[in-house]
Amino acid sequence: MSDATFPAPAGCRPAALVIGGGIAGIQAALDIADAGFPVYLVERSPSLGGRMSQLDKTFPTLDCSSCILTPKMVDAGRHPNIHLMTYSEVVRVEQGREGQFRAQIKIKPRYVDMDKCRGCGLCAEACRLAGRVRSDFNAGLSKRAAVYVPFPQAVPLVYTVDPEQCVYLTRGVCGKTFKCKDACDAQAIDFDQKEVQQEVEVGTVVVATGFDLFDPLRKPELGYGTYPQVITTLEFERLASASGPTAGRIALNGKLPRSVVFIQCVGSRDNSLGIPYCSRVCCMAVAKQAHLAHDRLPGAQISVFYMDIRAFGKGFEEFYDRVRAEGVLYRRGNPSEVLRSGDRLLVRAEDTLLGERVEVEADLVVLAVGMAPRGDAEGVSQMLGLRQDPNGFFLEDHPKLRTVESGIPGIFLAGCCQGPKDIPDTVAHAKAAACAAMIRLAQAEKVTEKSHAAN
Amino acid sequence: MLQIEANPIVQAHELLGCIQCGKCTGGCPMAIKTKLNPRSLILRLLTAPDGFDLEGRDELWDCTTCATCSSRCPKLVNPMETIISLRSAFVEQGRVHPNVKTALESTFRQGNPLTMPREDRAAWADALELKPMQAGVEYLYFVGCTPSYDPRAQKVARSLVSLMKKSGVDFGILGVEENCCASEVRRLGEAGLFEMMVEENQEKFKAAGVKKMFTTSPHCFNAFRNDYPKEGGVEVRHYTQVLAEAVEKKNLEFAGRFEKTVTYHDPCYLGRHNGVFDEPRAVLAAVPGLKLVEMDRSRQKSLCCEGGGGRMWLEGTNPGVRLAQMRVKEALDTGAEVLATACPFCLLTLEEAAKLLNVEDRLHVMDIAEIAAQAL
Amino acid sequence: MPFVPKVGVYICHCGINIAGTVDVKRVAEYAASLPDVAVARDYTYMCSDPGQALIVDDIRQLNLNRVVVASCSPRMHEPTFRSAVARAGLNPYCFEMANIREQCSWVHPAGREATEKAMQLVAAAVSKAVRLEPLEQREVSTTPAALVIGGGVAGMQAALDLAEAGFPVALVERERTLGGHVAGLQRTFPTLEPTAGLLSSIVARVLSQPRIRVLLGAEVKEITGFVGNFVAKVQADGQLEEFAVGSIVVATGFEVFDPHQKPELGYGTYPQVITTAEFETLAEQGLDVNGRRPRSVVFIQCVGSRDQAVGRPYCSRVCCMVTAKQARTVREKLPEAKVSVFYMDVRAFGKGFEEFYDETRKAGVLYRRGNPSEIVRSGERVLVRAEDTLLGERVEVEADLVVLAVGMQPRADASALAGMLKLSRSGDGFLMEAHPKLRPVDTAMAGVFLAGCCQGPKDISESITQARAAAGAAMIPLMRGKVQIEAATSFVDPELCAGCGQCAQVCAFGALSLHPFRPIMTVNAVLCQGCGACATACPSGAINVKHFTFDQVMSQVETLSDRCPLAEEAEAVEIAV
Repeated sequence: MSDATFPAPAGCRPAALVIGGGIAGIQAALDIADAGFPVYLVERSPSLGGRMSQLDKTFPTLDCSSCILTPKMVDAGRHPNIHLMTYSEVVRVEQGREGQFRAQIKIKPRYVDMDKCRGCGLCAEACRLAGRVRSDFNAGLSKRAAVYVPFPQAVPLVYTVDPEQCVYLTRGVCGKTFKCKDACDAQAIDFDQKEVQQEVEVGTVVVATGFDLFDPLRKPELGYGTYPQVITTLEFERLASASGPTAGRIALNGKLPRSVVFIQCVGSRDNSLGIPYCSRVCCMAVAKQAHLAHDRLPGAQISVFYMDIRAFGKGFEEFYDRVRAEGVLYRRGNPSEVLRSGDRLLVRAEDTLLGERVEVEADLVVLAVGMAPRGDAEGVSQMLGLRQDPNGFFLEDHPKLRTVESGIPGIFLAGCCQGPKDIPDTVAHAKAAACAAMIRLAQAEKVTEKSHAAN
Repeated sequence: MLQIEANPIVQAHELLGCIQCGKCTGGCPMAIKTKLNPRSLILRLLTAPDGFDLEGRDELWDCTTCATCSSRCPKLVNPMETIISLRSAFVEQGRVHPNVKTALESTFRQGNPLTMPREDRAAWADALELKPMQAGVEYLYFVGCTPSYDPRAQKVARSLVSLMKKSGVDFGILGVEENCCASEVRRLGEAGLFEMMVEENQEKFKAAGVKKMFTTSPHCFNAFRNDYPKEGGVEVRHYTQVLAEAVEKKNLEFAGRFEKTVTYHDPCYLGRHNGVFDEPRAVLAAVPGLKLVEMDRSRQKSLCCEGGGGRMWLEGTNPGVRLAQMRVKEALDTGAEVLATACPFCLLTLEEAAKLLNVEDRLHVMDIAEIAAQAL
Repeated sequence: MPFVPKVGVYICHCGINIAGTVDVKRVAEYAASLPDVAVARDYTYMCSDPGQALIVDDIRQLNLNRVVVASCSPRMHEPTFRSAVARAGLNPYCFEMANIREQCSWVHPAGREATEKAMQLVAAAVSKAVRLEPLEQREVSTTPAALVIGGGVAGMQAALDLAEAGFPVALVERERTLGGHVAGLQRTFPTLEPTAGLLSSIVARVLSQPRIRVLLGAEVKEITGFVGNFVAKVQADGQLEEFAVGSIVVATGFEVFDPHQKPELGYGTYPQVITTAEFETLAEQGLDVNGRRPRSVVFIQCVGSRDQAVGRPYCSRVCCMVTAKQARTVREKLPEAKVSVFYMDVRAFGKGFEEFYDETRKAGVLYRRGNPSEIVRSGERVLVRAEDTLLGERVEVEADLVVLAVGMQPRADASALAGMLKLSRSGDGFLMEAHPKLRPVDTAMAGVFLAGCCQGPKDISESITQARAAAGAAMIPLMRGKVQIEAATSFVDPELCAGCGQCAQVCAFGALSLHPFRPIMTVNAVLCQGCGACATACPSGAINVKHFTFDQVMSQVETLSDRCPLAEEAEAVEIAV
């Protein structure tokens, strides 16, 4: 299905706009579409999937994230009621007549014809920059070409030319011939593509724009950016992932670590950074990663430094019990600094239960970085008229009774853009937003029917 | 038994905010070699049913006030200030080390903790024809007690004068009118004497028409900038900030060279306390021929030399060698020939450590001012 | 024309979940060698778009008429692959899955034997596949109405959403008032707003919503039917009333742990020891205990949670915040009293929770890490004996009031309802959702949804959010007006059936009955869930479940016992040589 063509508003039923194609946006779109309403699902990156596509396994069941996510991505891509607009951005939203919204959507040029591309990947192999462009999907741990799909199970499975890296697009010329065009036997590469602006009219908007991660360079004493052996939980996730840069081998520079130390609460519960809140998921994410590390690195010492273990959800405490029983060592204390010790690192903390300082040698230190609002949250909130809470997440209308309402009638919030959540809570929140959206659309439809009947 | 009421301290320092995460003790440099455990102290204050017993709590004097604990606390609790308050309780009972008592009395009587006569304070500048500070002079150069009286540190003051003159900075000194900033007085817990000296100093500055000042010592810099009341609005800078600005504006250029490998030790009161990490490095980087290498423990992780918190007068009161010796070894590990710093206490303790380790020939300890002055 | 099977076999790597243990390429090669197999492939994620495309393309181009995917459990992706197959124009019941993940790669170490087992499972699936028959997928219309069982905040919210979407709702509540457990609370965290206001606003909306029929003092006695077409019999005020509904939302809530089960804490022995639930009322009445104003109040977390000794290993999620809220209340009402909280971990994870915890400590509440071991008498007071694990010392704290943060547990009286609806329970005893991530509000019973604490401990905002999610899921089939039903139902061979009725006796769904005028049994295909109990019970082998016939299943069993794939491979090599 091409992003650039639009079906006529499906039988004139009122439609929904879902902004964001991660699991929250996908779930909300599927529910509204299943109820029979047309949905515009707009995603900024070339593929659906969001953060969940970067995860290896999920807690507490250790389901593989892709296994749960990709079928929903496929459903969303194929649903007759969902109009998928990837590599697109909502640039303006205005209140229209009768409670409708008019949204202006910018469809960015991929420079690849979506109807012709089969996702074979020959263009990327041939590209002059193959293996030289930082892969954001792999958190910078691997490189790709200037023409790419973010991951092999992308929906839609269509290549995209990165306009900031492509030699032709940045410098006007790419050698004597276009290597990508030459390699493509479907003639899908098209550098004449232009940005297209599209306006849609919808009865409701669901905001599912997700989150960013805390930048650990803001805590220099932990050594991120100075020592290559200090990484974030996201980078660990990519290392551990079968589809990641090391095919699941937890190794840095080819060496398997003998001692892995996880540090909780980096960029959360930290008033010295102005970040007072808890990021909710990191205790369990680390327990899962510690389990994986223990599983894949036999004989290695795995430790977790924490302040409180927040294993609050269904099956969480039992998973925490299991991980400790497997031999992961939990030590209560928030490490003060990480230093170099020969080829290894030294994590300095107090074990508050021993009441003694400890210095733990490590080959790999994983920082559990907190969830932060997206860098452009302020811009999005201004575009839609949303409010932000003191921490920058979108503010719900009431913390108990109306967690999906934004305060603007007809605009609903779904997922982590409203605050940190794990996957089950995100899906429930997105389904709740969809419910509110469906009710509004159903009521709008009745109003329209009544006024038509009256006429 | 030396029982004090815990509650006033708990309230004054909002200790209930503490979640006992242990980050303070985990990073405390003195916890490496003494019983000092800031987290545990806070918990004892919180849970003390009948009050807190100071008896036997000599580790309270081991704190160097390096601010590793308070700069990292995620709940913005300040263990360092809590320890200073506990010291006040000792002071009120007269329970202080004789050296400290001497230093405090000397500060009161002679305006310096070094038991030197007040009238000799400006002797180091005799040959330099420096302006007395008065209204209309742009900067007060606040020299500080150690650079005024200690022969080794006097070299720093003289180097600094050359540099400022060369940079065209308009400055004056208070001469024998200059009084101790009282930073260490406060940190030793003598709150009463500190308040007295603050009043005295503020009047002196007003009388001399001081609007801006720069200091040799980060301790003075920190005291005037953060401990003194803000009314009066004196702009306080450390000398490295003035020199860095002069370098940037090309008012200070170096005709000579300093062909050495240099590593820089961030003084606690300049770096961790006040966030001044870049300016000292900018000055060093501007010196031709100088190769700057960094120790692993640089910037926020800089290892305290153990000179602060009144410990210049408490040497030998805890087992184990001074942290300065660990620091000198770290400097040697980088291959540096010169260990640079920007604080007179660091200068003295690190140089002494180099002597004790017998590495003076391999590693010279110098103040940034001395290095830069050599390259003028 | 005789049917010539052409089977496509697809071996999924599932990333490294399968490929890390099983040699998937070898399994694909082996599959290609099996009779009737036209093509065998392997791929990293068969459920993804490119994976599904392999199947669709092969069906179209190679005219496959049966498909086998060897991957994860059918519970995960059978619907996914059935859709893919249907897209290519093949009947979705011509598809069979071999579970080589949960039943192979996840339970065995990597090696020869795991690979051989996967090969056997694939061979068995192929032999069943060639015996599969296309089945008709039927749709039935849905009754545009809903039943909500439970009138707490979750039930009320679900009812409101369904009603606002335009559907009549019957809201059945066992007590004589709406509100559930929330009605017993004074204030909520983290805003400390009075609960009465919150609750009355919801109740008012429910009572003024004309589409909601509230039945108080009412109980569901019987539920029959199937998705989109349930009939519920509700007893209220001695009357039995029937409701025809399309969707059911279960919101029966929770009960609290009974601290008598922890006698060492003195509940029931010492009047000074109460629960967090009782605190709410006590606080309203002025907090005097035994006629005295407490000078020292101690809260104890995790009573009946995180406690394997009383069979409650799970966390009850809300108690850390409930305790913080109640501790704040004590500080407000009794400024002179010392308040401490004994905890193991402080779980202040939600929006505004950590900040609330910060404020609670600043308000003068002392948090001490340690789980008290016992409470003993100390004159007119009690003594809480614990270790303060951060001091590393035992402590004994005198108290005038001890509040036990009792955990949530599943309701004992919900068992009957769960049985009626054939709802499963998770390991912790709460009602089980169909999938914790994919389907958090569905149950294994189509058309029945879960909302609120009956599914697991949650706070008010999470209950309400989940209730809306459940209402959304419940309204979809009602909005569409129709729903698909299970095609794999049982059928009777009239030649073999003697009409003995053994099958009807074991059928939990009432789907079997005697034919009106022939001495044989008949199956109601819409009630039948395809569970197979009848087929097992029948002494004549007259009843079979479609898609799981005797022939089909026996072919799998025989294949598993007859085939030795590795030996066959070795033979093939020898012959080739």
